Order: sequence, then structure tokens, then C-alpha cells
Amino acid sequence: MTVNELKQTANQIRADAVTMIHDAATGHTGGAMSAADILTALYCRILNVYPDDPKNPDRDRFFLSKGHSCEGYYAVLAHRGFFDKKELATFSRAGSRIIGHPNNQVPGVEVCTGALGHGLPVAVGAALGAKRTGKGYRVYCLMGDGEQAEGSVWEAAMAGANYRLDNLFAMVDRNGLQISGSTEDVMALEDFKAKWQAFGWDVCEVDGNDMEALVNYFEGEHAKDKPHMLIAHTIKGKGLPFAENKAEWHHKVPSDEQLTEAYRALDVKGASFK
Amino acid sequence: MSMSTLRGAFTQRILELAKEDKSIFTLATDSRGSVTLGDYAKQLPEQFVECGIAEQDAVGIAAGLADAGLRPFVCGPACFFSMRSAEQVKVDVAYSHMNVKIIGVSGGVSYGALGSTHHSTQDIALMRAIPSLEVFLPSDAVQMRCLTDYLAASNEPAFVRVGRGAVEDIYAPGTSFTVGKAVKLAEGKDAAIIAAGETVCRALKAAQMLKNESINVSVYDMFTIKPLDCEAISEAAETGFVLTVEEHSIYGGLGGAVAEYLSQNKPTRMKILGLPDEKYYTGTSNEVFAHYGLDENGIARALKAGLNA
Repeated sequence: MTVNELKQTANQIRADAVTMIHDAATGHTGGAMSAADILTALYCRILNVYPDDPKNPDRDRFFLSKGHSCEGYYAVLAHRGFFDKKELATFSRAGSRIIGHPNNQVPGVEVCTGALGHGLPVAVGAALGAKRTGKGYRVYCLMGDGEQAEGSVWEAAMAGANYRLDNLFAMVDRNGLQISGSTEDVMALEDFKAKWQAFGWDVCEVDGNDMEALVNYFEGEHAKDKPHMLIAHTIKGKGLPFAENKAEWHHKVPSDEQLTEAYRALDVKGASFK
Repeated sequence: MSMSTLRGAFTQRILELAKEDKSIFTLATDSRGSVTLGDYAKQLPEQFVECGIAEQDAVGIAAGLADAGLRPFVCGPACFFSMRSAEQVKVDVAYSHMNVKIIGVSGGVSYGALGSTHHSTQDIALMRAIPSLEVFLPSDAVQMRCLTDYLAASNEPAFVRVGRGAVEDIYAPGTSFTVGKAVKLAEGKDAAIIAAGETVCRALKAAQMLKNESINVSVYDMFTIKPLDCEAISEAAETGFVLTVEEHSIYGGLGGAVAEYLSQNKPTRMKILGLPDEKYYTGTSNEVFAHYGLDENGIARALKAGLNA
């Protein structure tokens, strides 16, 4: 997929996610929007995955540690053919497997996530498993910035560097906001880059809503013998004029009018699963 | 009577199995000494992962190794794995149904005088309430060896608690066990004792003492806490009085499991003998057992009191 196609797809993923949230009257709008470009770049261009054989042992692994951003994740998995898009309409409905945090009964989801601070340790294990078994796959893990207050993140940061896991690509969706407000007001992260460097990681920063920058990062050269951390500076609620950079949109649900406004702003006709 | 440690039985067997099956991994949390994994780590460094003192990370890494198609056994003190990393066990292992085995060593009051930071006396209650997690509390080294074979072949996540010190051998070498089936070790019609872990050999001794007083009790080894052997519990209830004995809080452990079954299916008089809801007396493991009446004398005393109540 070209960068332009990826940009259009990311907006369709946003439209699908915001529709799921609107229709179910529940979900995490802000984070799903900020992470949409990262998820689209990964699933539509970067990851070596097998939608018809989701457990193929050579697949790249992706872990959505910020599990509350699951709407965009489910949408991109459906878009890649892991399951029928129509199933997105069951999001958070009684008995559905498309629930409010990633559920590994859904094809393509590796482990259940949603309790924060869990994804990176699991990703370290998968990356170490690849090293020890001579497999060439890569392991990706997307975390939230508010999530960085969890101590288990830093346990895994130590282990990733200790085992020199250069097949491990961690990312932080650095939108600067968490449920109670600015990350710097709730529990300050800065100097965030220096923290990860001090833990022995190869750290890069990009505009996480710039598709070309994301693709260039993932397809570029990376340091050897170190795990990689991408600090992706994003805008919470990106693409929805009424939600951008507003902490209250962490899990606010759009109205009918806002849904229409979202489609217009995203330049899409509507949800792809309807 | 010979004595052996269960952790030693585990590490000896898992080393043998891992030499044959390269997918078996063990993980430690600066615990290779307390688990006795030193030989394994030296002989199979590529199948060993040191996680440092980081139980949450260790359980998460194990889930990731399982996602990579491997068969990880995370090994360290039961007190830390059942509490510090309880959420990782719940989410990364059980809820995600990853093939991870947690081997909690030095369980119960094994660490005696180190105090309750190091006691794991709520672990059975915590772990057995987690859906799709098997829970085992083996009673001797022979049983632990057999259980290790089962765990290495099984695809189900499991938590196993073993003690620290050497315990008397109960079973003849080579005895086989079936998950979900308790072992009936003594036959008697007057009452039944259901025990697990290090209380089993003491329950057997208590049964012998009671026999000398013409009180005949059945003794069951309920090493398989989950799946629980409800048939054996039902059979024990036929005696009219069931005493459960465990190195665990009186809340939510083996006694709780037996009471849940009996109260709803076959109401029977019973007594739950375990550690009370208080700050524990400390001392060696044996001294703590004696203080709380979990030794053979205390078990015999509790059974007679129950029968006479």
C-alpha cells in the first residue's frame, strides 16, 4: 500500500472505530484516533501476518498493550481479512467476542490485554522466544503514555535491554493526555526519551500521525543489539475536530451529529462494515 | 522413612524432560538457588531465562514465550507469584489461555521465621478462583515427579505450590496419579480427613494414632485442588464427618473448596483445620505447624473434638 493509500485507510479505520463507539454507546474514542495511523502502517504495510493462517509460527507479533484503544485494532484486523468486517457491528454487544479490550478469541489477537503494563513483558517473551528458536520474526508492542506509570513497563524495559532484543519494536502513543488530564500533571514522564535511553534502548521520535514518517521509521535501518523504542507524538482524538486534544474524549461517546461531522472531517462516506 | 524435597524432584525431572524437548523453558526470578535450578541453568542455558527480581515481568515473559510456541515453567517463591504477579497470572496466562506453568516453591509457612512477607497462605484461594487455571498441591516427591510429567505434556495453564523442606516419602517410586482423582491413603468408617501438600503425611500419622484409640478414619490426598475430585469428597462425606487439613488460611483453600461442594450437594458436618485469620506465630515450619495444631497431634485432637461435638 502506498503512503497515500495508507492515509486514506487510516481515516476509514477511524470512521469504523468511531462508528463502533457511537453505535455501542461505549468505547475509548481519543486513543483509538491517536493510534489509528500507527495501526494502519503496521497492519497494511509493515507486519508480516497471515490472515488466513493467524497462528503461523513465522508471523510478526503485535501486542496492543494500551488495550482500551481496541476499536481501531479490531477495525484494522477486519480490514486485513482476519475476520468479516460485519462482525465489527457486534462491538460490545452481549455475547460478542469483539469486546471492549482485546480478546484473543478474535483471530489475529495474540493475548488478551487491557490491564495496563502487561504488553511489554509479553512482547519481551515473544522476542526472546524468536531469538532462542532462531526465528526471524519481529515483535511490536504499542503502549499508551499514561501507561508508562506502571512499574511492570520498566521491569520489561530492563529485560529487553538485558537480552539485547533488537527484534523488539516498542512504541508509545505519546498523545500527552490520560483520563484525568495531561500526563505531565498526573505523573510526569519527561524527560521521557532520556528515561528509555538510560534503560539501554535505541530511541527515536516521530510525528505518530505522519504516515510517511512512520513508514520511513519502520522500513529504515535500526541499531543492532538493542531493543527499539519509538516515541510517536500524536494528537488524542486525531481527525475528529470536536475531540482533538481533549482529555474528556478519552472515553466519551459521539452524538449522531458528531458522527456525521466525523465522517465529513475524515472525508469518508461512513463505516465500511455497514 | 526417607525424606526428599519436592522442588528437587521437580528440577531433576524437568531437566531430564527439557533435554528431550527443546520447547521446555524454565524461568527464574533470582530464584535459581531457592528453586534448585542451578544445574538446569548450567546445562541448558538456552532453555533458561533469568528474569531478575521481577515476578510480574517473569510471568509476562513466560506468556510471550508460550506465544512463541514454547512451554515455559516460571519458578520462584509461591508468595510472590500468587500475589505480586496475580494479575499477570489472571490476564496473560489464564484469561489468554497461554501454556504457562507456575511453580511456586517454599509455599505455605515454609519460610517460617522469615515472617508473613514470605508466607504464601492465601495462594490456593487466589489461584483457584481464576478461571481455566489448574491448581495442584502435591504431597511428596514421587507425586511431584509424576505431576511434572503431566505438566510438561499438558497444554493447560497451571499453578503448583510446593514446600521448601524435605518431606517424608508417602508413595512408592513410580506410583502414577491422575489429575482430578484424589488418592485414598487410609480406609475408615468413623470419619474422613482430606489433606493436601505437607499436611498429608501428618494426617496419615494422625490416622494411625487414632486407630490405636479404635477410631478408624479415611485419609485422602487431594493434591488436585482444581480440578477437584468431588467423587472422593462425596465418598468421604459418607462417614458423616469430614476434617480438612491445610497449610493455608482457613478461608478459601482446600477446606473452602470441600465446603463449597458439600454444602451445595451433600451437607455434611465438617471442620476446616488451617491457619487462622491472624498475624502468624513464627518459627520453623514444624513449630508453626505444631502451634496451630496442623501436626499429627493437632489433627488427631481436632478430629476427636469434631466427632464428639
